[in-house]
Amino acid sequence: MTMAQEATGTDRNPALAHPDRGWTVHSTFNSIILLALAAGAPVAMYIGATFWVDIFTRLVILSIAATGLNLILGCGGMVSFGHAAFIGLGAYAAGIPTYHVLYGGFEAIATTSGFVHLAIAVVVCAVFAFLTGAICLRTKGVYFIMITMAFGQMVFFAFVSMETYGGDDGLTIDTRSEFPLISLDKPLVLYAVCFISLLATLYLVHRLTNSRFGMVLQAAKQNEERVRALGVNAYLYRLTAYVISGAICGYAGFLLGNFTTFISPEMMDWTRSGELMFMVILGGAAYLFGPIVGVAVFLVLEQTLSGVMVHWHLPFGILLILTVLFVKGGLSGLFDRWAGKHE
Amino acid sequence: MSETANKTADAPIMRIEGLRKSFGGVTATDDVSVEIHTGETHAIIGPNGAGKTTLISQLSGLLPPDAGRVTFRGRDITRLPAHQRAHVGLARSFQITSVFMEMTVLDNVALAVQARSGHSFHFWSKARTLSHLREPAYAKLEQVSLAGRAHTRASALSHGERRQLEVAMALGTEPHMLLLDEPMAGMGTEESARMIEMLRGMQGTTMLLVEHDMDAVFALADRISVLVYGRLIATGTPDEIRGNEEVIKAYLGEGDAES
Amino acid sequence: MDYSLFVIQTLNGLQLGVLLFLVAAGLTLTFGIMDLVNLAHGSLYMLGAFFCAVLTISTGSFLIGVALALPLTALAGFVVEFVVIRHLYSKDHLDHVLATFGLILVIDSLAQMAFRPEGYSVPLPEFLRGQVTLFSGIVFPTFRVAIIATGLLLAAALYVLVTHTRLGMLIRAGASNRTMVSALGVNIAALFSGVFVLGATIAGLAGMMIAPITEASYSMGNDIIIVTFVIIIVGGIGSMKGAFVAAILIGLIDTMGRSYLDDIFKLIMSAEYAETAAPAVSAMLVYILMAIVLAVRPQGLFPPKTR
Repeated sequence: MTMAQEATGTDRNPALAHPDRGWTVHSTFNSIILLALAAGAPVAMYIGATFWVDIFTRLVILSIAATGLNLILGCGGMVSFGHAAFIGLGAYAAGIPTYHVLYGGFEAIATTSGFVHLAIAVVVCAVFAFLTGAICLRTKGVYFIMITMAFGQMVFFAFVSMETYGGDDGLTIDTRSEFPLISLDKPLVLYAVCFISLLATLYLVHRLTNSRFGMVLQAAKQNEERVRALGVNAYLYRLTAYVISGAICGYAGFLLGNFTTFISPEMMDWTRSGELMFMVILGGAAYLFGPIVGVAVFLVLEQTLSGVMVHWHLPFGILLILTVLFVKGGLSGLFDRWAGKHE
Repeated sequence: MSETANKTADAPIMRIEGLRKSFGGVTATDDVSVEIHTGETHAIIGPNGAGKTTLISQLSGLLPPDAGRVTFRGRDITRLPAHQRAHVGLARSFQITSVFMEMTVLDNVALAVQARSGHSFHFWSKARTLSHLREPAYAKLEQVSLAGRAHTRASALSHGERRQLEVAMALGTEPHMLLLDEPMAGMGTEESARMIEMLRGMQGTTMLLVEHDMDAVFALADRISVLVYGRLIATGTPDEIRGNEEVIKAYLGEGDAES
Repeated sequence: MDYSLFVIQTLNGLQLGVLLFLVAAGLTLTFGIMDLVNLAHGSLYMLGAFFCAVLTISTGSFLIGVALALPLTALAGFVVEFVVIRHLYSKDHLDHVLATFGLILVIDSLAQMAFRPEGYSVPLPEFLRGQVTLFSGIVFPTFRVAIIATGLLLAAALYVLVTHTRLGMLIRAGASNRTMVSALGVNIAALFSGVFVLGATIAGLAGMMIAPITEASYSMGNDIIIVTFVIIIVGGIGSMKGAFVAAILIGLIDTMGRSYLDDIFKLIMSAEYAETAAPAVSAMLVYILMAIVLAVRPQGLFPPKTR
């Protein structure tokens, strides 16, 4: 079935039709975003604006994380305020093995191989997500929010107290993860890896959301009791989604660690989780590309506001409050209404 | 699949024996025993406070009885948890409409069909393109005369339409028996008439319905059981019930206002 | 084992627990009564510390500093409730979390603009410095004793307030039945505002009491809020008794853990591993406790009956 057919629904069999809404790709708008991202960094590089190459890279990496978070937030209705922990864990997965290569010890994981780093990032995050998710997901609403926050902070404090890896001061790595044939030391190569990863993440989340698995998640978000009455155990599906989401953010962390080469517990602080959450909500949690929009707006705000005043958190915080109070459905929701579609 | 219209007394699909339930000092279900025949439409009526909802809640597994037994298709389901009753073929519709508001009507029923088809740990194929889910779902919508609204969001439906959707979802689980708790609650005359038509069209499927609307009950039911203060005082055909002295006394004697 | 060290650490744990309770009490009141999640609660704790610090330094007296800072913190709480919080009551918990997160940024920025960047250390008056001699010749800082005493007194006062006064009854009723309470002729807006201000002031007082020990710093609010959440989760959200028990428990576990864990670890593993593992694990101890409580009893230790 082509995307166009999907979007309008085949008219031949009424049972298989479905109106275009919400989670399906808003073709034009989203294509523009993808094009902009694809072209942005190379163009910036070409004109020598390396600062912008960095911004684009950060944008793409955070978009991967935000999209991963949105799998459980927008689709599953699980408000996790501790997802920065996965990003941090992923980043340290890139840093710690390299550290041991440089300084010895812990032979088992001392390697600069990117594949090993990646595997560690994803596996550690999946396991952590499984263990903490198994506990958190027995609760809901505000309990869930607070518990995810607490687990996130737990990881933060654990890393702060690990003096070996720099503790509060962080860990600087001189060598990026090594892959055959490509070198992450070249900014455009790193960018390409990130961008392709984003495409893969978007596609994965798109398929997951629209699959039978995703249907259960969406239904459980709207009416959990009904799902249970249908004989479905929502807990298991949510836990699976939580693990996948954690793994995606871990992967984003792995990319982030390679990008910044400076890895600190700061990356996992609960305020980072809050920012990530805000990006998703601002962009519009009901939309596949919403998180990307949110990340972009966040970065633009961060850059412009901090250029204007030292205490840029003030206008930023005010904006946050106003958004929550007055903007329903995030910016994508606003755009939809402006474009004439109803919510 | 709905049962053939074999409404004989020697094929009871459900047997309720000596069911009892008390809350504090109040006996809501007082030694209720009745058999439901396969394929029949069986109505439970009674004055307000008679314990009808309590009875249905025990049958659907939301409330554990204090004593007694419920046998369904030969199996003792007295203590079976609510979410497993769908698996043995007992489906219920809710008194307070409980559907998935953000999804379309067809999505809702397709989900019920999906739940029936085993686990949903399928991550790749798009649920909305699967004909083995969508087609049976669409058929259920046709059965309840809601097919025209298949692609409307549940939140945009009228109250009556949402009740129809409820029933369609219950049907989507391919039940052997449907429990309907006041399907016509909160409906105006036109909507009620539509609902009665819908239920009439579903005759053949075993249904146990609790209802206040007397016209509907007498129009639809094969047999009626009357509950008063938790006790079953009579079971029989509509004609038998109409002429039953105790029933008449219970209704006229109470003098309570129908909701 | 050193007996006097043990006693001192127990008292330290108790002191920490009592302070944590004061902060948790405010959160319990706002969550229990108004069903509101307030992330910015820690910022009010911080403001209390800063107000007190500045006033103590300018007036030269800690007690006057506290006396003046209390109404000031109450006022700050009132303003926060009036401008932002009251618009959140009708919204869902996620909105609360996001909006109060924004509030933290706003309050922290305003504080940084108003006060000096390096924070303040708060000088104590003569009579609160020094130490008292307890039993068996054990000495303990006077000020910490004062904190424990004040904290326990406030806890008792809160208990009396919530269970024996008409206001307390309204507070508990407000949680379960808003429309009924307002039908009784009680001004819900005023009640909620009052409860919020009360919670903020108590948290501010906790900040004022800790400031002489740990200094008034900008990170103190954010540092304490998560632990406070852990406390009310472990205790049972909305339960004052649960908050008290959980706070004392966590205060003791955290303090004892940090003191004794590496000794305990050294008994079962090599010194080298113990040195790396112990600080990490003791930092995580409180959260591990939370995880265990949740696994066994997800609603917390003393969940309030009205929920």
